Amino acid sequence: MGAELRPDDMEVEEEGVSDSQAFRFVEHVLQSVRMDPVLVDLKDKDQYDSLLKIVDSSKKRSFDDEALLVPTLKALSEAVSKIDITYHHELLSNIFTMTLWYMQRDTRDALLELITRLAAVADQFLRECLQMLVNNFTPPGPLTAFIGQPRWHARKKEIYSQLHESLRVISDTIPLAPRMLKDIIDRSMPKLFDNKAKTISFVECILGLDNDRMGDLIGSLLLAKVVDLLTELDVNITWEDILQEEHHKGIFDMELEDLDDDEDSLGQEGTKALFGGNACAEKLDGLMVVFCEHLKACSEHGRLLKEFDILKTIFRTSVLTVHKSKFAQFIVFYACSLDPEICGIEFSLFLTDIFIKKEEDLLSRMSAVSYVGSYLSRARFISADTVVAVLKRLVDWCVDYCDLQNNKGIITKPINHQIFYASCQAVMYILCFRLRSIMDYPNLKSQLFNMPFGYILTHPLEPLKVCLPVIVDEFLRQAKAARLFNASMSSAFEDALESDLSRTFGGIDRLDMFFPFDPYLLKESDRYIRPNFEFWSRVKTTYSNYNSDCDDELADIDAPEMNVGSLDDHVEIDLNSDDDLEYSINKMSITPHHSFFHQTMMNSGTGLTMPAKIRPSVSPPS
Amino acid sequence: MQALREAEAELTVYVHPSNAADVRRAVARQLSTTLFSYEDRFDGVLLAHEVIVDGGQAKILNGLVPFFGVLVHANLLLYSPQPDMILEGKVELLGKESIHAIVLGVFSAAIMSDDINERFKFKRRGDRGKFISRSDKHHVIRKGSMIRFSVKRVDTEMNCHITGSLIPPHTGSMHWLSIHDAEYTSEINSHIRRSGNIRIKIEQNEQDHRTLDNEDGVISSERPHKSRKRALEE
Repeated sequence: MGAELRPDDMEVEEEGVSDSQAFRFVEHVLQSVRMDPVLVDLKDKDQYDSLLKIVDSSKKRSFDDEALLVPTLKALSEAVSKIDITYHHELLSNIFTMTLWYMQRDTRDALLELITRLAAVADQFLRECLQMLVNNFTPPGPLTAFIGQPRWHARKKEIYSQLHESLRVISDTIPLAPRMLKDIIDRSMPKLFDNKAKTISFVECILGLDNDRMGDLIGSLLLAKVVDLLTELDVNITWEDILQEEHHKGIFDMELEDLDDDEDSLGQEGTKALFGGNACAEKLDGLMVVFCEHLKACSEHGRLLKEFDILKTIFRTSVLTVHKSKFAQFIVFYACSLDPEICGIEFSLFLTDIFIKKEEDLLSRMSAVSYVGSYLSRARFISADTVVAVLKRLVDWCVDYCDLQNNKGIITKPINHQIFYASCQAVMYILCFRLRSIMDYPNLKSQLFNMPFGYILTHPLEPLKVCLPVIVDEFLRQAKAARLFNASMSSAFEDALESDLSRTFGGIDRLDMFFPFDPYLLKESDRYIRPNFEFWSRVKTTYSNYNSDCDDELADIDAPEMNVGSLDDHVEIDLNSDDDLEYSINKMSITPHHSFFHQTMMNSGTGLTMPAKIRPSVSPPS
Repeated sequence: MQALREAEAELTVYVHPSNAADVRRAVARQLSTTLFSYEDRFDGVLLAHEVIVDGGQAKILNGLVPFFGVLVHANLLLYSPQPDMILEGKVELLGKESIHAIVLGVFSAAIMSDDINERFKFKRRGDRGKFISRSDKHHVIRKGSMIRFSVKRVDTEMNCHITGSLIPPHTGSMHWLSIHDAEYTSEINSHIRRSGNIRIKIEQNEQDHRTLDNEDGVISSERPHKSRKRALEE
């Protein structure tokens, strides 16, 4: 076997030379240079060099080159034990820097076979092999521009499935390999400023890996990584961008304009204007689509429950307390909407449990109650009886809290009772959205009417004066229309709103203002959320059924303080007052950032500049 | 099997005050972080642990982060293969070049052709193949077979990845050995179990070692600094 390794010699198949001869030849070449470079015979060195040329990662391969590469790779994988990390360093580095994306299917197969073989030899190669596979999760730089095109779509799928298969084989032969893979994926995760195509391909690939058997081993880590990435992108979409746009609307009328607009155009045009040019938002949008597709696939294959359990834990650790997160939490919302019976209900219980547990930290509990409020209000798939059950737990907790305060006898500043106010606010918020639908079920209605709302709301802690005025106002209006309180109590509420206390409560974190599931503003992924999302404009209120039902008992809706415009009276903005600026921004309803934003504006010395297009909002259709 | 070893250890586990509510759980969790990875201090891979917390007292550590050191008596099950030990594993992947086996369902072992060829011949059949003994054609190793092999080299950095050999006597397919190898048969019958007892004192932190090392020199001076690489050649 002294023949020189030239391309014409290597075209073994064509000359009818059997595979095994070629294999032996490569083995011989490898063996012959396996010694100190000084001692290597020149002829052997030449042969080794031409082998290197065939297995070259940098050059563009013609069809012939590729045809030559396949048997070479096959031969190498038959000779892995001859490959040595010191003497064949160049060869190895060529192998490990190869990219699958330009190769034909056969070549890819051969290369991956070699990689799995090398990984199994372990000692030194495992880490490099895994790193090489992970590197191929994303298409090489020049290709990223075209990867979105349909003709690449099938190929991408094929490459991903091959990569997953190889990783599976490796984890079969080396059971502890996934641990190492975990580290490698961890370090190779796309960074915030990587381009969109790259980020999306990577996430697509690791979510695919999660579907695989590998999901059992490191699935939770993969999901956690993706969720972290989502949150990171999310918090980098600043409210400054949004504040400069037209979305200066109150909690309830935020979406009123949607109703006026053509429904379809809203999602597209509104958000396009909103996030035009915001790279983070675009990336997040793309990733949300990928993630939602993944969840959908999970639910189709009956794996949703398992996935949801993992998601819940991740949500608890990395989303729940991130108040600047605006959209990332919608993955849980979507997961719930896929299986409202189990996941949907479980999520509301999960949040309520966090809220009620004394061992949890204050921040988590407050976030949890804000989440409950927002979730039960917005999730259309949650039935009225679940809502009432959760309300009952919240109200019971509030009653206990009030009792406790009564025993203590001292009423301190609102800031010390944040959690109480947050829960009151959540209760009122839910009722604003749900009261009318609950009224349709006599048994639920009677349950609701037995809850001691009066006791809580008239307690010396005065929740009505501290909670967000817009919500309090809307709640009182609906409650009156529904006769939730008896007459004597109603009068006690009338002056409830004339207080500044609400502005003092909250401090820098403004947890009172946190509404995690406010309308979703991302363009592409909106289609997953929209069908299950309750928009305020579509909510039936207790007072709006006046015309249709001709209920005499609701006649007092015409009482002066309950006129139809009352909600908007508070939404009107006095453009001349500093306080009202904050007030109006607060009503943006998604929040902790606002006070911060407000502060930076103050600090920056530019004084208060009004956002360009601020204006009083539209009246709700009556 | 030879590589398994029980050990008793007196440990000081450092627990972060945030986990003080349930010390037992905190200790167990801290020990669990070392599961399935090679630890110099144990001279092996921790497979299981059983913890007895000694008394109700713990020493608070000086420094910025006031960890408290809990004295713990632990029974550990360790996997620590050494060269020349005989191990058993299931063949997962097999080619002309090598046999890859899995020991205890978790640890990988590779036997390269140099350590096979003397006794076995590879016979390819389609995509798959098998090794047939040169001395007895009934002695066959194929995918899924249980094999006994001797340890040639242990790579501790790769979680005790083993390079094995089929050349020493009393190695090969366990099925065949159980019939034809007198020593192995007697070993099965007598159920010899070897277990070593060692007492090791080690320091263990509830949180990241490095943060502590920077802030508090006490810990780092007590920790043994050993090279992680322990590739033991024959």
